[in-house]
Amino acid sequence: MIEVRKLVKTFGRKPVLRGLDFSVPEGDFVAVVGPNGAGKTTLLRILASLARPTLGEVRLAGRRLPAEAGAVRRILGVVSHQPLLYGDLTAEENLRFYGRLYSVSELEARVERVLEMVGLRPRRRDLVRTFSRGMQQRLSIGRAILHEPLVLLLDEPHTGLDPEAAVMLDRLLGQVAGEGRTVVMTSHDLQRAASLANRVDVLAGGVMAASVRKGELDPEQLPALYRSVTGA
Amino acid sequence: MPEALATPYSARRDRPVAGYLRAIAAIVRKDLAAELRSRELLGAMLVFSLLLILIFNFALELDARTRQTVTAGVLWSTFAFAGTLGLNRSMALEVDRGCLDGLLLAPVDRSALFFGKALGNLVFMLLVAAIILPAYSALYNVNLFLPGLMGVVLLGSIGYVVVGTLLSSMAVQARTRDILLPLLLFPVVLPVVIAAVKATSGLLQAAPPEEIQGWINLLIAYDVIFTAVAFMTFDYIVEE
Amino acid sequence: MDPMPRALKTLNWLTAALFVAALYMVFLYAPREAVMGDVQRVFYFHVSAGWVGAVAFLVTAISGAVFLARRDPKWDRLAVASVEIGMVFAFINIVSGSIWARPVWNTWWTWDPRLVTATIMELIYLAYLMLRQGIEDPDRRARFGSVYGIVAFISVPITFLSIRFFRTIHPVVIGSGDPTAEGAFDMTPRMLQAFMFSLLTFTLIYATLLWHRVRLARMTEHVEERRMQLTSA
Repeated sequence: MIEVRKLVKTFGRKPVLRGLDFSVPEGDFVAVVGPNGAGKTTLLRILASLARPTLGEVRLAGRRLPAEAGAVRRILGVVSHQPLLYGDLTAEENLRFYGRLYSVSELEARVERVLEMVGLRPRRRDLVRTFSRGMQQRLSIGRAILHEPLVLLLDEPHTGLDPEAAVMLDRLLGQVAGEGRTVVMTSHDLQRAASLANRVDVLAGGVMAASVRKGELDPEQLPALYRSVTGA
Repeated sequence: MPEALATPYSARRDRPVAGYLRAIAAIVRKDLAAELRSRELLGAMLVFSLLLILIFNFALELDARTRQTVTAGVLWSTFAFAGTLGLNRSMALEVDRGCLDGLLLAPVDRSALFFGKALGNLVFMLLVAAIILPAYSALYNVNLFLPGLMGVVLLGSIGYVVVGTLLSSMAVQARTRDILLPLLLFPVVLPVVIAAVKATSGLLQAAPPEEIQGWINLLIAYDVIFTAVAFMTFDYIVEE
Repeated sequence: MDPMPRALKTLNWLTAALFVAALYMVFLYAPREAVMGDVQRVFYFHVSAGWVGAVAFLVTAISGAVFLARRDPKWDRLAVASVEIGMVFAFINIVSGSIWARPVWNTWWTWDPRLVTATIMELIYLAYLMLRQGIEDPDRRARFGSVYGIVAFISVPITFLSIRFFRTIHPVVIGSGDPTAEGAFDMTPRMLQAFMFSLLTFTLIYATLLWHRVRLARMTEHVEERRMQLTSA
């Protein structure tokens, strides 16, 4: 589903990604971990078609980015640090807005379904401004799956969430991933990443330094592996 | 443009034009809904405009005699300055909370985003005009309700808003965002101000129609040219 | 460090020589103007500077467009260099206009459409630089600069036309009482020669300075690159 080959991204003269290879088969849930500034967000933004690669090849569902970005956007759902929601609108207004942008059919029914799924139906008429961070993140996921994308990209979605909200998010992620979607999630929480995903890739030095499938390695040994690979 | 990928799910698969127009409508609707709720922007623009008129009143001594000649200038200066508030705020809303990414992720042509924002800005400007014109009329006993004048306000606002939306999408990403927009905007939008003032003035003073027509033609030409320019360059501003 | 190319060295000398020649032509070769006297000689440099200001702007707009199409930073460097130089010449244009206006029409400023447009152009240059200054990311800075350069360039002729149209309807009296007296005078053949020569000279000065400035920008880039390499190695 996702094929990245020799991806290079430089900002001005600073190289962040240096010839990265990355591949995600359809339906897989991959977590990308790495130290701050490693380029996790950069990688995600490129996959999301929000940034262009400097060099290298990126394919989503067989289509090349950035050339065919327009076609790819329809099947992409993105959750970033920021919730991408309008504070002065209600939860349902936000969803309706995005639904219209994506030309989602049977919008009202779909909005209902999504609100139900993210557990925000009782707060549907409340302004997003009044939501806690956890609720905003859940609504953000709702926004991302509204148009039923095939690929879901999440950039450190647990940032700023208290443990309870994080658990709720995990449950939601499990549900969403279970629908056959391809999911890529960046995180700096190694343990959480390992429990949610079926594969954990470590981004360090601008390339994928390690890749571990679920079950291959004892979860206890992950931190050690991480440290050895990132030189922490 | 390669045909969009089919999803096995429920996304509509109608013609791209419908999607394009729907996106524009959605953005305008969203901006209006948000503004209706907070009323921050309209309030600020209105108060600012009224304050400006007040200042002009004393600065220019708008007595009955000079009023005729100076009204057009006062009105358009007010629109030009108050307009920057609207432009900045409208874009800041998108850029500050990262919502611009949300818009960029949508499977629509970038120009739809531009036209959506520009149309929203136009509506706000016209709303402000709809309140300022009667207010001015009442305060100074000048009849501003001439049909031609509405036309000039519309044409002038279009030109202003088209260039303003384009430039504010850049200015808002700079550190010096608030002072930068007027600096970038005013030199470029000067023809609109000149033409609008002359046309308005002409209408108020019942000048010969050929003269007024000339200014209106200029406004139309400006609007057309810069809508085209904005359409072509907006992509480069938002695509990384 | 790349050494100055032969062509540039030659250009330096050529431009310097032409400038000296131009001075001669303007101050000695060209005759004294009948009505305005020696102050009229400012005209040669005034118009040439204005010409260069406009050309520089055109170059900026075009390089901006090419940059957007090709994304090669060298076009952006060219655009910025042109703005910096153009700004100086536009300033010379405005100031020399004032110097000329004062003795002739007894005023420091005339609302002549060309002069006003030139001033607006100068303000646009400044706005261009301020826009760039406020953007951190180099790629974004280049893109925004290019877009503004194009947009602003297109607006200038329209502005000029609107001011001119404005003037024909309401001619502004400029002290001499004659609204069309924009320093009109007939040019004798010698004056024409001096004029064309200064135009040529100034264009060459612009080209020389531009080349130098672009080289400077490129060398600055190299230094930055080296510094990054050394500090990150």
